[in-house]
Amino acid sequence: MESDTSEAKKAEPGSALRRNFLRAIGAGVACAGVWMNDPLRAATPAEEAAPPDIPGYDWRKHKWAFGVDATRCIGCLRCVEACKAENGVTQDAHHFRTWVERYVYLEGDEHARVDSQSDPGNIAASGSQQAFRFDNRYASAPVEKAFFVPKLCNHCTHPACVQVCPTGATYQTPDGVVLIDHSYCIGCQYCVQACPYGAREFNHAMGVTDKCTWCYHRITKGLQPACVEVCPVEARVFGDRNDPDSPISRFIRNNRVSVLKPQTGNAPNVFYAGIDKEVS
Amino acid sequence: MIGTMAQAAPYVGYVYPNETDIPWSVLIVIYPYITGLVAGAFIVSSLYHVFGMERFRTVARFALLTAVSFMFFVPVPLLFHLGKPQRAFNAVLTPHWTSAMSAFSYVAGFYICLLLLEIWFAFRADIVSLSKTKGGLLGRAYRILTLGSDDVSGNALAIDHKFAFALAVIGIPAAGGLHGYVGFLFGSLKSREWWSSDLMPIIFLLSAVVSGIGLLVVLYVAYSKFRKAALDDACLQGLAKTMWAFLTVVLLIEGLELLEMFYKQLEGIEMVQRLIEGPIRYGMFLQWGLSLMVLATLSYLILTHARGRILATGMFAAGIGMMLGVLAMRWNVVIGGQELSKTMKGLLIYYPEILGHEGLLAVLFIFLCPFIVLWLVTRFLPPWEPEAGKEVSS
Repeated sequence: MESDTSEAKKAEPGSALRRNFLRAIGAGVACAGVWMNDPLRAATPAEEAAPPDIPGYDWRKHKWAFGVDATRCIGCLRCVEACKAENGVTQDAHHFRTWVERYVYLEGDEHARVDSQSDPGNIAASGSQQAFRFDNRYASAPVEKAFFVPKLCNHCTHPACVQVCPTGATYQTPDGVVLIDHSYCIGCQYCVQACPYGAREFNHAMGVTDKCTWCYHRITKGLQPACVEVCPVEARVFGDRNDPDSPISRFIRNNRVSVLKPQTGNAPNVFYAGIDKEVS
Repeated sequence: MIGTMAQAAPYVGYVYPNETDIPWSVLIVIYPYITGLVAGAFIVSSLYHVFGMERFRTVARFALLTAVSFMFFVPVPLLFHLGKPQRAFNAVLTPHWTSAMSAFSYVAGFYICLLLLEIWFAFRADIVSLSKTKGGLLGRAYRILTLGSDDVSGNALAIDHKFAFALAVIGIPAAGGLHGYVGFLFGSLKSREWWSSDLMPIIFLLSAVVSGIGLLVVLYVAYSKFRKAALDDACLQGLAKTMWAFLTVVLLIEGLELLEMFYKQLEGIEMVQRLIEGPIRYGMFLQWGLSLMVLATLSYLILTHARGRILATGMFAAGIGMMLGVLAMRWNVVIGGQELSKTMKGLLIYYPEILGHEGLLAVLFIFLCPFIVLWLVTRFLPPWEPEAGKEVSS
């Protein structure tokens, strides 16, 4: 039957033309489909990418995540200083891979008063842009409620920063970390704009964007990120979600956690316990 | 100064610590502005070439030269802004297609090629004639530009016209794409309340056309004064009506967008209001004030069928007003969007530096370059037809 059909088509030049035309359209649609599909693919890690040459580490076997217990944080800022030292972050009050926010409600306040360690008052209190502390501005104020919230890159499942990078210099690894190839970044700062959390900063000396890596150089060797390591109250929790007994798996299981700005669709992987509606 | 942060932006309320280093400077204000001027100038040439509006014949070829002269400088502010300009080609060689920005070089490159081709077809007869009359280095340049074809028979010119028409037809969606793309670049960012709007590409596109017509009017009037040539009233009246139509639509859409924003009263609207009343108040005043003044001027010129000196003066003023008004709009979008903190709890204030590679002087220099190039190009390829000097009644 098939041969009959093809024979019949051979005899009819118009039909062959139509067939080729349809084939071309089919190919076009297929190509368009692949192209259209690309945004979805790009938002997920490239499983087929060559793994990094790290002895004893397989990035397909981990799913890193981070937890913040805001009820524990005391605002000591050891994490901020440790991060700057560990990762060579620009030593001033305008570039951070991680920071801490202070939320204070005075009696009768509808909204929280918010500041971070880079607030001019706090910088004046520390006396330097290299060492950080929160000042005592509320010492004699009628404080009703107050808490600290550590912030850092959320290493989102659907990172907007990766989506907008024009060169692919910033990318997502299969173990769930968003990294930047500093040797390939052109320094356009589109990713800085796209991050809803203000987690990216520009390194002017290098001419490229920089961000938290969850201390990838440490976690791939079985160590904790520097900020987690130095936290004296275990407000920062890190671990592998593939391991049900890891600190992060237990943290997510034992707390009612939330993420920041879920409406962006970025699906953050930093989970918070003990924050309230003012935190975004 | 390369390698150091210009100045930490002062702020009120609460902003994320990294936000005090404003990512996109005044260079990124000028980038969509120049792109818009290109798109607008091109649309005018298309009104003649594609839609056969004879009254635009006078400025059609000049509009093409204006578009290409400005197009050459569209990538310059971007290159000045990059932290690693020497790696700019990374985005061309390995474009990351989920990024709108990765398409820039392709969209811009395609558009420059298209403009150059169209100019060649539009000027081929002139190039052939100049190659035969001019000697020396200039004559040689014209001879090279003929690309070995000096056939200016009726048949050959008809073929030229056919190609120029086809290119102009392709050029309209290309010009639209070029500027709609710039609008998408901002409108697609969900992180910034002031940018994230589905209407952004449309607003960018329409305001681009208005500013481009403004530029063309200003240049046409100035050139005619300089050449001591009479202005074509019919052409100016046509430009007035085109500008009026586009301006009306863009004001309506922008107005409706603001109205919707304030009617919906979504979370953070207080901060948007404080942005408009605060850091960008002068910009908003200029954008809206100038737009409405230009609209009133154009309405007067159209309703009174103005001619001669009144029309020329009115249109020149409208052109300048529109160029400034749209420049203010670009500032309000690009800078305003970054002055509204992502926390929606604070406002930053951007102060441009004067010197330095992202300073106002650099921007002024970049913006003057296309005018110089246009002057040189019009010397090389005079776009004015002999009859263009005569006054034509509308």
